[in-house]
Amino acid sequence: MAPAWLRPGTLPTLKLPSWPWRITWLYLGLVLFLPLGAISLKAAGVGPAGFWELATTPEAIASYQISFGLALVASLINGVFGLVIAWALVRCRFPGQRLLDSLIDLPFALPTAVAGLALAAVYSSENGWLGEPLYRLFGIKVAFSAIGVAVAMVFISLPFVVRTVEPVLRSLEKEQEEASWCLGASQAQTFFRVVFPQLLPAILGGIAQGFSRAVGEYGSVVMISSNIPFVDLITPTLIIQKLEEYDIDGATVVGSVMLLFSLASLLVINLIQVWGQRYQATSTAVG
Amino acid sequence: MTFVVPDLEIYEPPKPSKGGANTNLGKKLIAAMIPLIACLYVGLVILAPALSVVAQAFAKGIAPFLENLSSPELLSAVKMTLITAAIAVPANTIFGLAAATAIARKKFRGKALLLSIIDLPFSISPVVVGLMLVLLYSPSNGVFGGIVNSLGWKIIFSWPGIVMATIIVTFPFMAREVIPLLEEEGWEQEEAAKTLGANDWQVFWKVTLPSVRWAALYGLILTTARALGEFGAVSVVSGNIRGETQTLPLFVEDAYKQYQTELAFGAAAVLGGVALVSLLLKLGVELLLEQDKKAREIKPDA
Repeated sequence: MAPAWLRPGTLPTLKLPSWPWRITWLYLGLVLFLPLGAISLKAAGVGPAGFWELATTPEAIASYQISFGLALVASLINGVFGLVIAWALVRCRFPGQRLLDSLIDLPFALPTAVAGLALAAVYSSENGWLGEPLYRLFGIKVAFSAIGVAVAMVFISLPFVVRTVEPVLRSLEKEQEEASWCLGASQAQTFFRVVFPQLLPAILGGIAQGFSRAVGEYGSVVMISSNIPFVDLITPTLIIQKLEEYDIDGATVVGSVMLLFSLASLLVINLIQVWGQRYQATSTAVG
Repeated sequence: MTFVVPDLEIYEPPKPSKGGANTNLGKKLIAAMIPLIACLYVGLVILAPALSVVAQAFAKGIAPFLENLSSPELLSAVKMTLITAAIAVPANTIFGLAAATAIARKKFRGKALLLSIIDLPFSISPVVVGLMLVLLYSPSNGVFGGIVNSLGWKIIFSWPGIVMATIIVTFPFMAREVIPLLEEEGWEQEEAAKTLGANDWQVFWKVTLPSVRWAALYGLILTTARALGEFGAVSVVSGNIRGETQTLPLFVEDAYKQYQTELAFGAAAVLGGVALVSLLLKLGVELLLEQDKKAREIKPDA
């Protein structure tokens, strides 16, 4: 059938989108697309050769290594401990469980500046509750070093793995594990062959989210880092320093690199989620 | 008289006796270790730092803490923070509800993409958000610099920039909480209201909004908490002028850098208190959401 405006007797009418749609697009346009357009325009203005040069200056590369490397370490640590915590919350019963459950959300709720201040205070090697003994006994300096940056990243990305693994672990059917035990598998075999594969998409998704958050984190890291280039200066801090030095092109280029990373990580996280859903769908269909 | 009901968990399926008592003990040990490790880790990474803020803020007692709070610079930072939230939160609430009613009930190509776009601010580094605003509105380097200059506006290093940065960082929360609920609900009630003669506005106010009220409240709490505490994006655009464009989180960092440690911890304790309140409110609303869900499940489907 011909489209409505081709049919005889009907005049083409321009149908405006409804109010909710208008508000949505207007708001997204002002608040998201305009700023994104501005950075794209400015980055394009630098030109490909200039972009590459500014994106790969030695201090920029050092900052990527520090940001991405430490974020990877932090998110992997949280991958392991997040699984342990989720397990404790779902499968164990112990006093203080509710408190533990609510504490997990604290890094989401606490402003990052407060988190940074708190971590800098507690891990200070001069008079921190944890930092001083660590420094005296092992000679490890946490605050104002790369280790401190990693600790801050661990803090702010802790909830992700716990909160992605928890619901999946809760939905697992105990029958599968019981069947595996009855068939003679040991507890370790049951865990690694039956439980762990089902949790893997959730764990990886949580690690990816935590990694992405840790790479972009600024507030808590800047307060516990000594912000020395090539030592513990993270990429977001580099952007701010470049802005303060009126190196707008440099800031734009490094910012665009981070933006591209964010888009890529969003894509990866979505793919992991799709994979996880498919995985769960097939496993329930088979089981 | 009391009855002791044995825990169902005790009944485990018969296990092949390979290792005997030795592995049983090992298993129990592992089972006990898991909560212990979890608590220890959370204690070291989260609880100890949180408690240290409280300890430092009240190190000299309550009187000096209150005195710190009445410092004029801190009060001006509190005012700036509240003004920012007072603009950003209602604006984002309107957007969130509009986007949710527009998107949730429709199936269209690119819906997943649009949802990802709305989620984008969560994955962009706050510093990059601030940078984008500078590149847009800065009078010397911004794309709209000329327009901003000729109108005589001050956006960067002033409150409009701070408000915009806060809006960008917090706008996904509301839509994100409300959309899944509306998707589950379906259209029937709204359609019934419409056939009974209600206009769009009445349908929204009397049917849609009440059905998502707890999710909207949840989104409101998350938005407000983040708006009060945002640091990275705001720090790029604020210019950090004490007593003028400084929000409370910026004040914490600035005071700490200037070695006004007590002042920094006092302000941090205030923000920490706000975070704690938001956490408690969140728990309360979560309970309400659960009850609401149960009530809906009991209700027979027509």
